[in-house]
Amino acid sequence: MKLTGAEIVCESLLKEGVDVMFGLPGGAILPLYGALSRYPQLRHILCRHEQAAAMAADGYARATGRVGVCAATSGPGATNLVTGIASAHMDSVPIVAITGQVPRPAIGRDAFQECDVTGITLPITKHNYLVMDVADLAPAIKEAFYVARTGRPGPVLVDIPKDVLLGERAEFVWPEQVNIPGYNPPQDADREQVAVAARLINEAERPVILAGHGVLISHAYEELRQLAERAQIPVVTTLLGISAFPTDHYLHAGMPGMHGMAYASLAVDQADLVIALGMRFDDRVTGRLRDFAPRARIIHVDIDPSELHKNIKANAPVLGDLKCVLRQLLPLVERRVHMEWLRRVDSLRAEHPSLRIRDTEALLPQYVMQQLSELTDGKAIIVTGVGQHQMWAAQHYGFKEPNTLITSGGLGAMGFEVPAALGAKVGCPDRTVWSIAGDGGFQMTMCDLATAVESGINVKFAILNNGVLGMVRQWQEFFYNKDYCATVYSANPDFVKLAEAFGITGIRVKDKSQVAPAIQQAMAIPGPVVVDFVIKQDENVYPMIPAGESVGEMMEEPAPEGVQGIR
Amino acid sequence: MVYNGHQQHTITALVQDKPGVLARVASMFRRRGFNIVSLAVGNSEQPGLSRMTFVVNGDRDTVDQVTGQLGKLIDVVRISDLSDQETVARELALIKVETSPANRGEIVQLVNLFRAAIVDVGAKSMVIEITGEEDKINALANLLAPFGIKEMMRTGRVAMVRGQAEGRVSDSVGIGRRGDIMDRARVNYEGV
Repeated sequence: MKLTGAEIVCESLLKEGVDVMFGLPGGAILPLYGALSRYPQLRHILCRHEQAAAMAADGYARATGRVGVCAATSGPGATNLVTGIASAHMDSVPIVAITGQVPRPAIGRDAFQECDVTGITLPITKHNYLVMDVADLAPAIKEAFYVARTGRPGPVLVDIPKDVLLGERAEFVWPEQVNIPGYNPPQDADREQVAVAARLINEAERPVILAGHGVLISHAYEELRQLAERAQIPVVTTLLGISAFPTDHYLHAGMPGMHGMAYASLAVDQADLVIALGMRFDDRVTGRLRDFAPRARIIHVDIDPSELHKNIKANAPVLGDLKCVLRQLLPLVERRVHMEWLRRVDSLRAEHPSLRIRDTEALLPQYVMQQLSELTDGKAIIVTGVGQHQMWAAQHYGFKEPNTLITSGGLGAMGFEVPAALGAKVGCPDRTVWSIAGDGGFQMTMCDLATAVESGINVKFAILNNGVLGMVRQWQEFFYNKDYCATVYSANPDFVKLAEAFGITGIRVKDKSQVAPAIQQAMAIPGPVVVDFVIKQDENVYPMIPAGESVGEMMEEPAPEGVQGIR
Repeated sequence: MVYNGHQQHTITALVQDKPGVLARVASMFRRRGFNIVSLAVGNSEQPGLSRMTFVVNGDRDTVDQVTGQLGKLIDVVRISDLSDQETVARELALIKVETSPANRGEIVQLVNLFRAAIVDVGAKSMVIEITGEEDKINALANLLAPFGIKEMMRTGRVAMVRGQAEGRVSDSVGIGRRGDIMDRARVNYEGV
């Protein structure tokens, strides 16, 4: 039986095992929605903005490890996806975005709601397709999913003209396999490279593992733990690598970099070997490149050959899938106990207690995160936006299980926290999901509280509300002569009333003593809740290594007056 | 070849002959800040595949990044860095030069010396076709300049490894292939 293009899309999604997609219809994509109602197996979650659809697909993909799917119409629908797609691209998240396009005869004529979305998304997708023939639809979608999830994952966009969705019919033929000449994602690494890496590990006196998002993507959580324990190597994680190694493990040594723990940055600085696993030496991690880990040899394991030597020259580059590489590596690594080095890292931790929270009656955001961590036993999925709240969450939440921090790391897109949390909860309905927002980012995507209510998505939304774009304010304080131009939000809405307007509970917390009860109350309510934590405007994130500088220029929290040694 | 203090590198890429492939490649070069000196595209010996020849400026690391980023493009099938290889490289140029009855003979002599060809003769100009390496074309263009070059069009370099290319490591550089592994992920033994 011949099917329409729209039906072929739905059949293809089913073949790929898709059971949920996030989207918002419009003219050019409407034929797909016309078919969707006949496919009840495909749950569609109606978002209030296409950016939310893309970010929800991202959150879904990260929480589940499966490909997230979003859909939007042509023109503005497609352009609204762009921020979400760019974020997924920077963080190597597999999503497939399906966009409607104006009918083929109208392409290139500046038709209503026409926009060259394949052109726009060239540099922010792993690949994209403009499908001009209904017979090409099924192979294009199969390829899109394959490209999105294999190798270094990433977003793939499939743009489909309206008349391809609706016009002539074609037989639905699902290709047996994908054959893309020249696209062969690596698995096992070259033995010589692994042997060199093993030798460097066996020779090292002060090794550090720098674990990134790749550990989570390749499900190498267990292998990482084995490597660390086998040779007694402290593990620091990048922001996206957080939850790749349990924070309560005795070898866990924090997060280095711009707002990382001082001891983690210092451990990397003093190491004689950095074992970089599935990370890309982002500037927020390295600071000034020439001063990064100056005493160390570098092992760099990555699945993307263009990452090797891109920012940091590796002594031992290893190209391969991280899980495969670690399995190759483990038998070659000698059991070691770097007692002196582990003691040194411990003493760095004691000398630089970056996570100590000031003893005060004031409501501190760090305390909120620490309480949330305790009350959820470090096992909730934490979804953050970008800014101070993101760093406090990264620093003070004790992540115990893999894939439990979802954040826009590379792109740093504010507003990510609300929709990505919706996606994470849809993907993991049995997990507790907390969206952690600042008041700035929350206002970028809070319209999608309606999506949470409408689709019954039980996410708890915390706002660390300081009435200011906090991280920008912090930079103004440190680097722009305290000229707080355009950062204060002097007319924030009442977030409790706002929650109530959406038909859900809002809780305001102003006192330290209310923090734990409010979190408990929010979790006891069977549905979305907004908790508005009112914090002071001028709380800063410490430590801080200014952009482009190095560990030597690190600023740690100033001691309160009259108190010695507390940071 | 050294140009403006930078090494010039010749890279060829076998790409799928699909709409937008040139835009993908060009977009990658622009976004990553790589400088293309010349780019030539045409059909290859295999149906459905085109071959691109790039000349890029930069040091070894830059060229490694270029090949690495090119390799990530899904439509790129294979990349060869010809920099350290014995190659045949050619460019074609059409040069329209002003002529008068008085200097026509002298120009014809130059054309013959360079084994170029005159492909069009008009009352006040002629069109010269020359094929060769860039240096040869530059040399003829310099000699013709005093007569007045009205128009010049150059194809950019196309290049090919001498002898049998099959089986060469450098000709099988694509993501995930062994050749690629050895080439892209060169172990830096200094300090190891």
